[in-house]
Amino acid sequence: MSRRYPPLAHHFLSLGQQYSAAKLGMWLFLAQEVLFFSGLFMAYAAFRYFYPETFLAAHEHLNVTLGATNTIVLLTSSLTMALAVRAAQLGQNKQLLINLALTFLFATTFLVIKYFEYSHKIHLGLLPGKFYSAHEHIPGQPALFFGLYFVMTGLHGLHVLVGMGVIAWIFIRGLNREFGPEYNTPVEIVGLYWHLVDVIWIFLFPLLYLVK
Amino acid sequence: MLGLGSFWLPVDASSTTQYVDHLFNFIFLLCTLFFILIVFVTVLFAFKYRRKSASQRTSPISGNHKLELIWSVIPGVLLVIIFAWGFRDYMSLRVPPRDALEIRVTGVKWAWSFTYPVDGIVTTDLVVPEGRPVKLIMVSQDVLHSFFVPAFRIKQDVVPHRYSVVWFEATKTGNYNIFCTEYCGTGHSQMLSQVKVLSGSDYQDWIDRGGEEAGSAGRSSVDVGKHLYKKQACYTCHSIDGTSGVGPTFQGLYGSKEKLESGDEILVDDNFIRKSIIDPGADVTEGFPPVMPTYKGRLNDKQITALIDYLKSIGTDKVKN
Amino acid sequence: MNYLTAKKGFKSWLFTLDHKRIGLMYLVAVLSFFFLGGVFALLVRAELWTPAGDMFTADMYNKFFTLHGAIMVFLFIIPSVPASLGNFLIPLMIGAKDVAFPRLNLLSWYIYVLGALFFFYTLLFGSLDTGWTFYTPYSSQTGTSVISATLGAFILGFSSILTGVNFIVTIHKMRAPGLTWGRLPLLIWALYATAVIQVLATPVLAITLLLLVVERAFGIGFFDSTIGGDPVLFQHFFWFYSHPAVYIMILPGFGIISELITVHARKRIFGYNAIAASSVAIAVIGFLVWGHHMFVSGQSSFASMVFSFLTFAVAVPTAIKVFSWVATLYRGSIAFTAPMLYALAFIFLFSIGGLTGIFLGAIAVDVHLHDTYFVVAHFHYVMMGGTVIAFIGGIHHWWPKLFGRMYNEGWARLGCFLIFIGFNLTFFSQFVMGSRGMPRRYHSYVPEYAIWHQLSTIGSLVLGLGLVLTLVYLLHSLFWGKRAPHNPWGGESLEWQAATPPIEFNFTKQPVVTSGPYDFPEIEQDRS
Repeated sequence: MSRRYPPLAHHFLSLGQQYSAAKLGMWLFLAQEVLFFSGLFMAYAAFRYFYPETFLAAHEHLNVTLGATNTIVLLTSSLTMALAVRAAQLGQNKQLLINLALTFLFATTFLVIKYFEYSHKIHLGLLPGKFYSAHEHIPGQPALFFGLYFVMTGLHGLHVLVGMGVIAWIFIRGLNREFGPEYNTPVEIVGLYWHLVDVIWIFLFPLLYLVK
Repeated sequence: MLGLGSFWLPVDASSTTQYVDHLFNFIFLLCTLFFILIVFVTVLFAFKYRRKSASQRTSPISGNHKLELIWSVIPGVLLVIIFAWGFRDYMSLRVPPRDALEIRVTGVKWAWSFTYPVDGIVTTDLVVPEGRPVKLIMVSQDVLHSFFVPAFRIKQDVVPHRYSVVWFEATKTGNYNIFCTEYCGTGHSQMLSQVKVLSGSDYQDWIDRGGEEAGSAGRSSVDVGKHLYKKQACYTCHSIDGTSGVGPTFQGLYGSKEKLESGDEILVDDNFIRKSIIDPGADVTEGFPPVMPTYKGRLNDKQITALIDYLKSIGTDKVKN
Repeated sequence: MNYLTAKKGFKSWLFTLDHKRIGLMYLVAVLSFFFLGGVFALLVRAELWTPAGDMFTADMYNKFFTLHGAIMVFLFIIPSVPASLGNFLIPLMIGAKDVAFPRLNLLSWYIYVLGALFFFYTLLFGSLDTGWTFYTPYSSQTGTSVISATLGAFILGFSSILTGVNFIVTIHKMRAPGLTWGRLPLLIWALYATAVIQVLATPVLAITLLLLVVERAFGIGFFDSTIGGDPVLFQHFFWFYSHPAVYIMILPGFGIISELITVHARKRIFGYNAIAASSVAIAVIGFLVWGHHMFVSGQSSFASMVFSFLTFAVAVPTAIKVFSWVATLYRGSIAFTAPMLYALAFIFLFSIGGLTGIFLGAIAVDVHLHDTYFVVAHFHYVMMGGTVIAFIGGIHHWWPKLFGRMYNEGWARLGCFLIFIGFNLTFFSQFVMGSRGMPRRYHSYVPEYAIWHQLSTIGSLVLGLGLVLTLVYLLHSLFWGKRAPHNPWGGESLEWQAATPPIEFNFTKQPVVTSGPYDFPEIEQDRS
């Protein structure tokens, strides 16, 4: 088994130090992600407080079935990601690659479903701000609700896209058999990231689709 | 002007100043005391323990819990007192008396206008009686502004689509500056007006005259228009010397033909000017941004006529001759 | 062979992973922006020499003060101490070979450069006239290049976040054997607290600026009251970051002062635990005081009350620090070197800056003082009198370690004196005109304030002169300065055990720590 990168970088004293540093770094990065989205959640809270009737009426125009399907898809992808991490730790390279491929596939499914949802909204004119042109009557300020909908799910979608990128990256490294019981940090931190993307959706789904 | 008020604070011309000045002076005293203490001790130590030889011994002290407790608790207690005092007086500043005279204030880029509960009185300076609480109900027509009268120690942001309130009770007749203190663009520092505090009887006379300034009777309409051109801050966008600003210059405008954004050509006459003041977005001259706010409700008919007369006086005919 | 000469050529700098070289590249970058921001400041002061707006047009003036603020905040003062001195010193002071993620560190620098490019674009195309605070709805309407500037600040934010992540991990995981938390130099504690704020507050700024961008680009309306949005909401979002950001700016300054005073007075710090804990306390409470920027914005009285109370709560740990520094001087051996002079100037100036904050925290008094020059003077006393003075003091203190050269002490003292005098003249007069009612961001003003503005403008020239002088003798020392000894001030923390200038991986053998950072040999043995 030949590796292109020496697993221990020059400035660390031990593999253990290197591993725990990478993991702490990732947790901190996730903390800033949470704060990043928390700004949006605060905006959501403020506008829901200002216009409760809008949120109640506007959420009827979101497709709960598709939203719920996407929730299940993402939850399953979290499971396959967890299995991939486990496989890497046990040195089961084939299992690792299969599970990463599955996770990637679920992520794609998620985005495809999201695409259909988006195009339906665009078709109906249920759009943010000045682009809002729907004929249905929604009381209050529906343009704000759909503004929130598109910004929140859009930024989440962007995170899914980034996630697919890094999953593809560790998949390729997996093809080169770079991971094993003694070195699997990249798989683990990508896993952490992917779980966060999942958790954010777990909050977005009820807040946007299940207002009642 | 330096002679007025104390060194630190401007003149004091309202009952509301008591809610600021006493606390200001208290904090000032306290801070001066602490500052002198800090600097005195620093200088004393710096002098006394200056390095006299390279091998000078130093003390092993690395803390003293008693001392640290003292200098945490004493400032802590003082700060709580200042907090409570500040909040109490702030509530007094916020809540206007019930019987206050209500005047509506509009902030717009870059002028203030004041609408009185009496029909038809709209002014660019705030005229108020002495010794009577006044409540201002304020709104902005565009961006954020902030209404500040240093002599009264009052300040409140003026926000679009939301009313904000501020109150005062003037205690001295005279003129006092109104500043806009929320940055609002090009003319921010020109967004000045005055509070004119009149005695009760002078104020009543002023109301009876329909808000005209004393001695203004018999002024020509052109003069009134010229005055309004300044007071309504028309000059921040429209020059009278031919230079092009945010909007077209007024020099030679009246009687000329202007090309509109729509491609039509239009003669600048009384009706066009009137329409442009009331509904500026309707016909925009080519090459200029559609940014002028409406003056509907901020100018009465007489004032609009005066502005038309003023423009006429510097219109095409006059410029040519 | 030191880190400056270990590798040769332009490329060896552009692709370096050495924290010391990255720190130096940051130092050059932030000081360049300090200069640029300073030029805009002088232009602003020049216009204000006379009451009439006669030197520049109002629009030009508005751009000048906006660019001064935006450049100073986003490109200079936020990255200043942490990214330059912090980068250079953290691994050295904790006995590590490098920061935890050297490649991430280099990436942060490039992200910083990218953000700076966005600002250059803004400067050249359309400029910016919103004030550095980008308040809506003005910022969503003005014709200047708001999108490029906000994207620039957004990108700079990520540079700051990544630096913060890197530092926290480095301080947690890379300390030398024996270097317990209780033995960390206080600069490290301060940079640690700073990094926590960088990581947790900056993303909120990022989302705020992103929302402003979509507001302008797509009219999404979150901050537009004509379609039900709320312009004041923007202020809450903005200050949720930008108040903690004030502590990102000042905490590293506190850290530097703790180092300068102890080393140049040969004393243990007075109340190590209190100073370290107060850094963390300030970082935590600092998240909860943003509403004190909004006492007259129309927020509820209850909210104002809470924010005012918490603001005073943050004042206590700050006061503790100042008292502790003064007490540290007691029975010391005080050398009036340039770093010590800067530390003493800091105590003087920062005390004024901190104490005048009490005026602004008291809600009723703030109603009068808000958005006047009193506020301008207050935050310049804290930011410039505090952070920048500490930064310059720190540069003098670690200059020998950075470059292996000594500067001329005489010129350094003169520079410090000019900066001190010029600074006070510039900004003390602003307190007076501010409390007398002079609003900030005014292109022209009523003549009664002229005398204060003129004093301020004269002061700014003296201040500028002092700063230029400092730059000149420092640059001069690079080529003609005396070779610096290994440990010119007799510091006890680990960076002074490294070679001068340090070698590429800092230490020839892994240092082991057995005593505190301020256990100087001159200290008498404890008799107890």
